[in-house]
Amino acid sequence: MTEARRTPLTVLLVRQVRYQVRTFRRNPVAAFFTFFFPLIFLVLFDALQGNHHVTFAGQTVAFSQFFTPAIAVFALVTSCYTNLVMTTSMARDEGILKRVRGTPLPAWVYMAGRVGATVWVGLMSVAIMFVIGVAAYGVRLYPHTLPAAIVTLLVGAGTFAALGLAVTGLVPNSEAAPAVANFTILPLTFVSGVFFPVGSGPTWLQDFGKVFPLEHFVNAFGYAFTPGVAGAGFQGKDLLVMAVWGVAGMVVASRFFTWEPRAVGGRRARGAARGRRHGRAGTAAARSED
Amino acid sequence: MGTGARTAIEVRGLRKSYGEVEAVRGIDLSVAEGEVFALLGPNGAGKTTTVEILEGHRPRTAGEVSVLGFDPVRGGSAYRERIGIVLQSCGIDSELTVREVLDLYRAFYPHPRRTDEVIELVGLGEKREARTKTLSGGQRRRLDLALGIVGDPDLVFLDEPTTGFDPSARRRSWELVSNLRSLGKTILLTTHYMDEAQHLADRVAVIAGGEIVAEGTPETLGGRDTAAAIVRFRLPEAALEADLPAAVRGGIVPDGGLLTVRTEDPTALLHALTGWAVGRGHALEALTVERPTLEDVYLRLTGHRSEEGGDD
Repeated sequence: MTEARRTPLTVLLVRQVRYQVRTFRRNPVAAFFTFFFPLIFLVLFDALQGNHHVTFAGQTVAFSQFFTPAIAVFALVTSCYTNLVMTTSMARDEGILKRVRGTPLPAWVYMAGRVGATVWVGLMSVAIMFVIGVAAYGVRLYPHTLPAAIVTLLVGAGTFAALGLAVTGLVPNSEAAPAVANFTILPLTFVSGVFFPVGSGPTWLQDFGKVFPLEHFVNAFGYAFTPGVAGAGFQGKDLLVMAVWGVAGMVVASRFFTWEPRAVGGRRARGAARGRRHGRAGTAAARSED
Repeated sequence: MGTGARTAIEVRGLRKSYGEVEAVRGIDLSVAEGEVFALLGPNGAGKTTTVEILEGHRPRTAGEVSVLGFDPVRGGSAYRERIGIVLQSCGIDSELTVREVLDLYRAFYPHPRRTDEVIELVGLGEKREARTKTLSGGQRRRLDLALGIVGDPDLVFLDEPTTGFDPSARRRSWELVSNLRSLGKTILLTTHYMDEAQHLADRVAVIAGGEIVAEGTPETLGGRDTAAAIVRFRLPEAALEADLPAAVRGGIVPDGGLLTVRTEDPTALLHALTGWAVGRGHALEALTVERPTLEDVYLRLTGHRSEEGGDD
């Protein structure tokens, strides 16, 4: 045997991230939902509410100063959670995960690659929201709370990626994935202060929202962009709640995540998924049936 | 298996149950290094389950398994560096090109083949920069094969490598497998096609109902080489069955148009038959002598079981 030249795992990880991002870039539908969907909300809500002020963290702030960080969180969650659930369950149905499992690539490197790519794309999306927010709507950034904002963003990305993998472990197939992902996240956005501060809703609804990590994410991240914050702007309690959800997500994911297409449903979905992409459902499905 | 050849795959008493259902019921297998071994069996026979246990995709319920000296379940990356898996139903990142996918996967292995070399080997040169989603079914199977060998493995698992191929694509794949064999690779092949097993395999095992029901070379499987021969010919118009020599008459089996004679000793039977025909001035039209084909043996061994349904 010739001398082994193993590629370092860090290099493999970076390469996985790069290829996953490339795959994302070449899929216009995914790019649309991740970038343009939040962008449309940003532009639309600023057009509707741009002259209003809202009460956030006990302060009266301009609408866009509240809304830009909130919609940035929404954009990040769309990538790290919703997209991760959909693309990973699709890859599982198509047998891509199974193929990778049969190679020497350590499982965690592959998964970290997928997560890393969604975090990267999510951060791009956050950056776009702020570029538009600052340029078009006069959003102000505060250097002394920026470290808190970045830490919050990374904790939130980790939390929602872990939850995404947990949900991927629980959904039966890629046909169910978009429904489950959207049904779990979209209602939460309304009780978590993404589109308007939670303070304006009934108390029970506020309490309900506080159970879940999204409200804490929006709150902790938004706090770093609230004028007149003294100190570094870390919201320890919010970060703690997010981290607890993240750990819970990891536990569920490690318990339920599988690399193989799921029995009958998965097989059907695989044929359907190929059909959607290639228009060759018949031959592909027939082949996998025999 | 020759003495002295090292063993690549050693399986003793392998069992696998899914709840109440026992998919694999005590399989013994031994495959030497450099051997091409074919597993034949109808759907639901336990073929795919067995192969997936060997690949490390599935834990076993009971039995001893050693592949290249590893227990597949615990072998981890060190084991997977030395095997290549070509499964039927594994997807490929559809937005990447053929070259990108191979570049990505070859980096997982300590001493991979060059991407361009593998692309040429499987005949995808023209599709080098094409996204994998644009490939035809046959081209995708060839990319599957390329991904299975890009790590230059010692052992290749081929799960029905030519299902859905046209005849010329199948011939090309056979050549490729022959190339792998001449490089000293061990190959475990599953297939539905008897001609494929006949053409490629050094040895064949037939699985039915979770057990190995026969094992041997394609020539000797199920007693093929010693089984009764079938002699067929058309009875000359001027002759009656009763005119035939006694040795021939004794073996006649009813079978429509041609006269069909079963015999343990085709040499003596032909001698009697042709001596009789020449002596009387008859020509024996459509005269043939046949041993049972691999397919005949396979169908006899697996009985009606192919109706039982899906395996994987």
